[in-house]
Amino acid sequence: MSFPWARHYEPKNALTQWIDSRLPLPRFVYNAVGAGYPVPRNLNYFWNFGVLAGVCLVIQIVTGIVLAMHFHSSAAGAFESINGTIMRDVNAGWFLRFAHANGASMFLAVVYIHIFRGLYYGSYKAPREMVWLIGVVIFLLIMATAFMGYVLPWGQMSFWGAQVITGFFSAIPVVGEWIRVWLLGGYAPDDAALNRFFSLHYLLPFVIAGAVILHIWALHIPGSGNPTGVEVKGEQDTVPFHPYYTAKDGFGVGVFMIIFAILIFFLPDYLGHPDNYIPANPLSTPAHIVPEWYFWPFYAILRAFTADFIIPAKLWGVVAMFGSILLLFFLPWLDKSPVRSANFRPMYRIAFWVLVLDVLVLGYCGGSAATPAVVIASQLTAAYYFAHFLIIVPIISRLERPKPLPNSITEAVLGDHGGSRMSETALSA
Amino acid sequence: MLPLFMRSIKFIVGLGFVFVLFLALIGTITGLIKEPPQATAEEEFHHHPKELALKSDGLLGKFDNQQLQRGFLVYEKVCASCHSLSLVSFRDLRQIGYSEAEVKKIAKDWPMKQPAQDPKAGTWGERDNLPSDRFPKVYYPGTGTPPDLSLMTKARHGGPAYVYSLLTGYEEKQPAELLARFPGAKTPEGSHFNPYFANLNIAMPPPLTSENQVTYSDGTRATVDQMAKDVSAFLVWTAEPTMQTRHQAGLAVVLFLLIATGLAYGAYLTVWRGVKH
Repeated sequence: MSFPWARHYEPKNALTQWIDSRLPLPRFVYNAVGAGYPVPRNLNYFWNFGVLAGVCLVIQIVTGIVLAMHFHSSAAGAFESINGTIMRDVNAGWFLRFAHANGASMFLAVVYIHIFRGLYYGSYKAPREMVWLIGVVIFLLIMATAFMGYVLPWGQMSFWGAQVITGFFSAIPVVGEWIRVWLLGGYAPDDAALNRFFSLHYLLPFVIAGAVILHIWALHIPGSGNPTGVEVKGEQDTVPFHPYYTAKDGFGVGVFMIIFAILIFFLPDYLGHPDNYIPANPLSTPAHIVPEWYFWPFYAILRAFTADFIIPAKLWGVVAMFGSILLLFFLPWLDKSPVRSANFRPMYRIAFWVLVLDVLVLGYCGGSAATPAVVIASQLTAAYYFAHFLIIVPIISRLERPKPLPNSITEAVLGDHGGSRMSETALSA
Repeated sequence: MLPLFMRSIKFIVGLGFVFVLFLALIGTITGLIKEPPQATAEEEFHHHPKELALKSDGLLGKFDNQQLQRGFLVYEKVCASCHSLSLVSFRDLRQIGYSEAEVKKIAKDWPMKQPAQDPKAGTWGERDNLPSDRFPKVYYPGTGTPPDLSLMTKARHGGPAYVYSLLTGYEEKQPAELLARFPGAKTPEGSHFNPYFANLNIAMPPPLTSENQVTYSDGTRATVDQMAKDVSAFLVWTAEPTMQTRHQAGLAVVLFLLIATGLAYGAYLTVWRGVKH
């Protein structure tokens, strides 16, 4: 789909005409992320994060493919091949390794901002539910890929992380232990587990890439949302994606790269855990097993469930941890408010910021040792997390009286001082 | 009835999770009241690493080859009898200022040899180390396995400061206050009290005990403190010999990105000139 005023691809020379009449791939790109895709003119910097997530995926795939050329996926050789061969002997191997490890953190950071942008501006609402649903699938795939990637260096946290995560499945009644052994290919993580994690870690990014194409396809049916949440009414509300948003994204990618480079070159181990520089040892459990920072909120939810009630506490924890993500699938139907942007929803706006704070506290708790104070804090914040999505948002969406919406994007942009309407020359530039 | 249930299922699920968490919260609080957490000797008497300033610190830190060579000497004369350095090759020592001939000699004279198989007899013997060999495995005769030191400064919180503190932190006797409060926490036979070690009692006997244990050739006074500093600096290098390259490359990359991003911002302003947004 496209708006009627979207520009059409016109191949200018004989070669591009020849290609266009045989395989219109350039036309496809032109319509998807080129001048043929009209985008609301009022997007703020939070709309850069979709493109940034795509950039992260490409960086991870490229660095990952080269790292895989030097990696030994065996319990005896994995640690040595990364910390010995890749870090010391492969040309710029240290750069590839640090870029890939910190790239995962950058990817998840970007994705979290992208998701919270969606929560604030109601990006999950009709007619963009499918964009949101595919997005949640991508999020789950990214988390699975990141987890399996963290196992590959075969350090202490890799090994014990794999032990803990696959241990979730043993919480399933009756068949749980059998499933765990089947997933690991043994009774504890070893060669079989490491090899299948490596295989899947190489496969899943391409599945993610496929899901990203669906995500963008679904987005292009209704077109991009915008900070007012008011739909596009006419040509004056949009600008072509290229050059307007390619230019803006170029700047965004630059800022992203500066932060990424500072991490890679100056603080490469800042987000890691020292224990992962100790080779995996099945006989020595680390004092505190903590996952990577991006799993901390979910880890806190897992550990918050300490009471047996009908089913064992451990199973509650696992159900709640997966449930905390799966409930995002239902969000488009939990929030019934027709107003998208939290800018015009005074109550939802407060609830949103409380949720942000709540998830930050959960993250802090998940990264800390489980002292009673931390457990109490995670129990309170986990309860609020579920209450936010399942109770507070549905109630707010009925009670709330939204502020008056602007009549159009253009009106919101030009504001009260009106006057300087976008010139035709600028539009056709 | 059913439509009402369907409409309120979100509240039922939500309240269910909140209720179970409420039960868990009560459990945690009653547990806290019934059995308040006991202080442990590790919590009370464990020390954070001392301050240690090295030239390799900071965003643009560089290696001090003189110090690394002194540190290597300490490793060679003191640590190497128990601790291996399995990720480092002899040839890597070229990077800290040893000449090719010196590296050959160090490898050849290294007391621990490389295992080698006689291709005709099929029997296993030993051969001298070559510069291309990694530092050989150490077969430790005692109980336990002294950890490999290649990545030690990355594998502990505090890094080199931790290594330095541990080496200089041994105490002859446990503090009287510790024994008074935790009579069960007496240092076991064969262990040594060291408040910088996670559980306070370390199997390793104090390795650096007297001045001039190692003879420095550059005129530096080989005090225990100095030797501990030097070997910590050396282990920063073994953990990541490419660190200095990383810092230098990083400076160039960040400068380039700042300029490129500045240009990208200019392009953005130019493209959007005249378009209110």
